[in-house]
Amino acid sequence: MRRAPKPGKALGTQHRTLWFWVFVGPFFLGLVLFTYVPLAWSVYLSFFDAHNTVSPTDFVGLDNYASMLRNEAFTDSLVTFAVFSAFIVPATFVLSLALALMVNRVRRARAFFRSVFFLPAACSYVVAALIWKLSIFNGVRFGLANTVLGWFGADQIAWLSTTQPPWYWLVIVTVRLWLQAGFYMILFLAGLQRISPTLYEAAAVDGARPGWQVLRHITLPQLRATSVAVTLLLVINAFQAFDEFYALLSDSQGYPPYARPPLVYLYYTALGQEQNLGFGSAGAVILALVIAVVTVGQARWFGLGRKED
Amino acid sequence: MTISRRTLLGTGAALGLLTACGSNTGRGGGDSGGKGPRLAQWYHQYGEAGAEQAVKRYAAAYEKADVQVQWRPGNYDEQTAAALLTDSGPDVFEVNGPSLDQIRKGQVVDLTGLFDGVRDDFNPVVLAPKTYDGKIWAIPQVVDMHLLYYRKSLLDDAGVEPPRSLEALVDAAKALTTKKVKGLFLGNDGGAGALGATPLYAAGLSSVTEDGEVGFDDPAAARALGRLRQLYADRSLLLGAPSDWSDPSAFTQELTAMQWCGLWALPAVREALGDDFGVLALPAEGPDGRPALPVGAYGAAVNARSDHKKEAKDFLKWLWIDGTEHQEDFALSYGFHIPARLSLAKKADELTEGPAADAVRYSTEYGYAEPLLWTPASRTAYQDALSRIIKSGANPESELKSVVREVRAELDRTRKKP
Repeated sequence: MRRAPKPGKALGTQHRTLWFWVFVGPFFLGLVLFTYVPLAWSVYLSFFDAHNTVSPTDFVGLDNYASMLRNEAFTDSLVTFAVFSAFIVPATFVLSLALALMVNRVRRARAFFRSVFFLPAACSYVVAALIWKLSIFNGVRFGLANTVLGWFGADQIAWLSTTQPPWYWLVIVTVRLWLQAGFYMILFLAGLQRISPTLYEAAAVDGARPGWQVLRHITLPQLRATSVAVTLLLVINAFQAFDEFYALLSDSQGYPPYARPPLVYLYYTALGQEQNLGFGSAGAVILALVIAVVTVGQARWFGLGRKED
Repeated sequence: MTISRRTLLGTGAALGLLTACGSNTGRGGGDSGGKGPRLAQWYHQYGEAGAEQAVKRYAAAYEKADVQVQWRPGNYDEQTAAALLTDSGPDVFEVNGPSLDQIRKGQVVDLTGLFDGVRDDFNPVVLAPKTYDGKIWAIPQVVDMHLLYYRKSLLDDAGVEPPRSLEALVDAAKALTTKKVKGLFLGNDGGAGALGATPLYAAGLSSVTEDGEVGFDDPAAARALGRLRQLYADRSLLLGAPSDWSDPSAFTQELTAMQWCGLWALPAVREALGDDFGVLALPAEGPDGRPALPVGAYGAAVNARSDHKKEAKDFLKWLWIDGTEHQEDFALSYGFHIPARLSLAKKADELTEGPAADAVRYSTEYGYAEPLLWTPASRTAYQDALSRIIKSGANPESELKSVVREVRAELDRTRKKP
């Protein structure tokens, strides 16, 4: 009877390095080629007057940075972004936690409810934004929202074109809530199911009232790890805001000066007809620094990476 | 179904191969067949049926090169701008420009030589923005223009005359607005994008003067832009229509009594409404004003990084200078455009009666083309200000003051040697 070969020998320990590069190499190469090189190049471009060129010769030092920071359109876009994340992060957090708590308590058809709430996560941002723009929140009398308003005798509202009050935020925020709440609900559900029932039993024995008290003292503390992950993901997602803004508000002539997050603004500066690649790169570097500072701050705040005691 | 690691890797590899095939730009290396070098020609996607087949037919008829037409949907300006930075761009391409910086950076080839003897036959208004430093950088293909459509029967019912001044337009739009129909559609953004600099020209001013100075540092500019705010504040504007101003649907579906749109929409409007419509330029503002509408032309240009610049120029000369049949067919058979050649525009029967004739007359009397020095950066600054004036009621004088400052800085930049 032949013996099965020892795993170590079959894999060939001496070829470890080779196999490491066979598996990691392509991805590492892709990462360098498509992420680090463009990143470094962008930093390089930001010190040049680079209109319509990626191999500029006109060195301008920090001029691009200075004028980008003085540029009201750019600072406005940072404010836009701050307002957007200050709203969307807590709103999604609360909504998805509430959904998770509800679905977790459902006795029947749990799989059904889980899928129903999760389903929007499978929809593309652009498609959802177009449905929001063209059928639900269009400005004419037969739009869904305006039809509902019409039942109550109210005037039709041009949702995306009204800046006083800023109705466009309603459209932007609802589309994102609809798209992502289901996904974070699943994360919270997983977290909820990891909480040991004995904790709840113990709490009941100790006389904790079901409802707010249990939620506040048992459920939320037990969900801490999940909550940190969800918050981090939400903030990163908010930083990447582009798709639905662009799909909702841009037209063939450009983009309105409101609800213009930094990525949209920089897209028009560097990649649109303006092709001011140096200026756009300076903006991108500033944005990257802002993101880095926020992320590091956040990690400190949550104590991420600290050894568990 | 469980996916084994091997299947996953296999699929990954297959996908990798597929994407590797995706970089065909239609631009071959050397000669192919007996037809000379291969040239890649790019067009943006026209909405009119038959246009794509037409340009492919023209390309196939050319004998000295194998011309491969690429019909490119999506953000065409961004696509070409990016492609021009690389070696895999088109040889010849259609461009909504070229922009000042594309010319200054030497991304397009000087085509002045092709115009020998025919330069005067090109519509001078659209040729001017293709000219920089005395040289011509693109061949105007067909002339397009924006104009104001109005529904005759709706104006009659409301007892409103076609407006002759911007003030009258504000009043007319208000009178025409009912619970179901709005008075005027200037685009879903309230007009900032679609009208652009046109109100400045209607006030007798300009975006950038011929000597390269800011053309709207004048109180009349603020007054003209204030009228647009009035339209918005009166709630006479249609906003949030499912299709934007460049599509005549809002007008033909009776969501609005008047709409700012393009000449390209004229066949569709005529089909839907028969004779029940008329066209106007944007009416004049104030005593020094005159009606205004923008005219422009996509240009055919040669990529300076092409390996076959001479062949590309020969092809463009054959198609857009010598090939008058193709030019006529392209201008008049697919949607509605004015031929860029004056001699062809005169011959075109379709353009001699009704609203079409009015449009052609306006294009020569009131038409202005955006100057080359009105760069995208200036345009964005102006458009942002206009949007704030219209929608948020920002003060036109102070908004314009800061735009003038920005445009001046941009003009200073363009005066420096590249």
